Amino acid sequence: MPNMSKLILLLFLVFFNISPSISAEDSEKLLNPKFSFDGIFGKFDRASLQRGYQVYTEVCSACHSMSLLNYRNLSQQGGPEFTEEETKAIASKFEVEDGPNQNGEMFKRSSKPSDHFKSPFPNEQAARAANGGAYPPDMSTLAKAREGGPSYIYSILLGYEKSPKNIKLEDGVYYNKFKPGNSIKMPKPLNKDAVKYSDGTEASVEQMAFDVTTFLTWASDPHLEERKKTGFKTIIFLLIVSALAYFVKKKTWSRIEPKM
Amino acid sequence: MTEKNFNSDSEIIKPVHTSKVGGSPFKGVAGWIDNRLPILRIFKYEYLDFQVPKSLNYFWSLGGILMVCLIFLIITGVTLGMHYKPSSSEAFNSVEKIMRDVNFGWLIRYAHMNLASFFFIAVYLHIFRGLYYGSYKEPRQLMWLLGIIIFFMMMATAFLGYTLPWGQMSYWGATVITNLFSAIPVVGKFIVTWLWGDYAVGDSTLNRFYVLHWLIAFGIVGIVVFHVIALHIVGSNNPSGIEPVDTRDTVSFAPYTTSKDLFAMLVFLLIFVLFMMYIPNYLGHPDNYIPANPLVTPAHIVPEWYFLPYYAILRSIPNKLLGVIAMVSSIAMLGLLPWLDLSKVRSSVFRPIWKQFIFLFVLDFFLLMYLGKMPPEGVYVILSRIGLAYWFMFFLIITPLVSIMETPLQMPNSIHEYEDWKKKGKIKTLKIF
Ligand code: HEC
Ligand code: HEM
Repeated sequence: MPNMSKLILLLFLVFFNISPSISAEDSEKLLNPKFSFDGIFGKFDRASLQRGYQVYTEVCSACHSMSLLNYRNLSQQGGPEFTEEETKAIASKFEVEDGPNQNGEMFKRSSKPSDHFKSPFPNEQAARAANGGAYPPDMSTLAKAREGGPSYIYSILLGYEKSPKNIKLEDGVYYNKFKPGNSIKMPKPLNKDAVKYSDGTEASVEQMAFDVTTFLTWASDPHLEERKKTGFKTIIFLLIVSALAYFVKKKTWSRIEPKM
Repeated sequence: MTEKNFNSDSEIIKPVHTSKVGGSPFKGVAGWIDNRLPILRIFKYEYLDFQVPKSLNYFWSLGGILMVCLIFLIITGVTLGMHYKPSSSEAFNSVEKIMRDVNFGWLIRYAHMNLASFFFIAVYLHIFRGLYYGSYKEPRQLMWLLGIIIFFMMMATAFLGYTLPWGQMSYWGATVITNLFSAIPVVGKFIVTWLWGDYAVGDSTLNRFYVLHWLIAFGIVGIVVFHVIALHIVGSNNPSGIEPVDTRDTVSFAPYTTSKDLFAMLVFLLIFVLFMMYIPNYLGHPDNYIPANPLVTPAHIVPEWYFLPYYAILRSIPNKLLGVIAMVSSIAMLGLLPWLDLSKVRSSVFRPIWKQFIFLFVLDFFLLMYLGKMPPEGVYVILSRIGLAYWFMFFLIITPLVSIMETPLQMPNSIHEYEDWKKKGKIKTLKIF
């Protein structure tokens, strides 16, 4: 039936057409490890989130800010779920400027859970100046802001290689096979045992990359778990209601459509 | 003569009825209200007793689906508006704050965002339905035109809405599109500055775009009311394109159409929920999660998927002014259709040749959509020009010619005969058609 093949062709076109992003042209295929938050029942692995937070504060936060998060988010449901005490202790390690006080002076105090994550640089210019002109992007939305999301971040962290002979890179520029254009101004951030995990997990580069990617994905989408859980319930509900509606429709129409 | 004299000074005396209380088919409180404010009887006549053709397929559920989309867009939009801050320094963070800190803010925002896309999916299917079954023909021309006005307003609303989160694509999309007005000779530059409210896209632009975004959205509601009133005057078309004549051809709106539409709506909702809950950002662009930065141009500036075909048309012409004219007229062409198609037969079920060209037109639409997201170079430009050529040829040449030359298939005399022929396999269509 020619009509049917037309229909299939059309559906095919729709599905390949509708996403407005362009697939990365001639760059390497991204690494795609099995993340716990993938899929319909995706959930964050708490231990991985907590380790990921450790990698972020001990390594990435030297250059990357995460200004949209507050320390209290760390104890929020669906996140790393540190206890309130642990969160207080984490926050108190950072110093913020507060004020003015009654004498009109600004003063320093240790952070509270309600404070924003401390940024490494006072402004973008300072960040660029310290990084050879490149801006280490804020990490609050990073996992949503790149084609490939978590896979892209994970791949970048593992994509450092010696540059091929025919490519000459300037000082402070590094070769990364997953970065579009292959040159990046971030020095390889993760090396073996860059952090020491308190739960005894071995801090291999892959492990740290995996954990920090999990953490960054949560940071970009803190309600992911709730969304997927609610989504599943809603879908089941809608399936049942649609089935009911279908039979109601059938029944109604059977009054005027005698069975053949 | 008599009309001229018909005033209080006149000698001719006629009774007047300034009060029209009465005439309700209802009793009791309902009757009391309806005698004074006839909304209940309008509802009864126009929705409960209303007769629609029996042969309607699921394409006829889309209008109702569109209404539901619009209502939910407004509900979610108003809710977002209570937390959103239309200023260039706060917009991005206020949207993020909605997603992070506002109770169910993530749900409301993802719903609004994906509903906008699904609104367009539904409206494209709705327009296709009109095209395929000739719903734009006598006596439904005005409905069709109202629909095109709605479509233009939707596009304006969606474009303005997309600038609101003030990400990179918001900013650069707004810059590219507003700059198009500079193509207008002499006054172009002035108009652009006037639109911006500044010498560049910035804070004042965002603020007015926010106001216009929901102002036009409410305007859509107004035109939709006209669209629906007109529908209740001219009645629904149907897959056979033949007007109903007796009760063998029709069913009453409730419970037949309502039960069918309800099912269609639920299926639509199901697909929508799948997108919103599992791939909420699939239809968007990742760059829009990078805060707007006037100093950094994104590698590719691409509009939302529903604008891609027109974007391809725009870029296929090297002259900016001509490009803009082609883009706008490509959509406006639809409005000429009732006068370009001279065939008396509505439904393309009976027009085997025209049907093929419609199919090609749909292919052309998807081809242009694909080209709209490719870089404007080499073979892509050439293909865009071919796509553009077919688009205009379809409306201006093929449609009138085929409508004159084609011999339609033999047609049944009534809708119930059509149904009968379909059962006997005398009419070949897909089940969903
Ligand atoms: C020494 C400072 C520094 C450290 C430490 C650092 N980064 Fe970066 N990062 C940068 C700079 C600078 C850029 C911008 C690179 C560019 O634009 O070429 C960047 C960019 C990135 C990007 C984005 C690449 C893109 O396509 O835009 C990712 C992802 C990233 N960093 C992840 C991390 C992670 C994860 C860590 C911690 C494990 C980390 N970075 C630690 C300086 C740093
Ligand atoms: C015809 C109906 C409407 C359409 C097609 C529409 C479309 C859109 C689109 C495409 C966006 C950008 C989505 C994003 O990237 O987040 C948006 C955002 C927004 N809309 Fe609407 N909208 C409609 C009605 C309304 C109404 C009635 C309001 C009420 C005030 C509203 C308020 C907002 C706000 C505040 C935003 C910015 C927040 C955000 O980006 O999530 N919208 N709209």
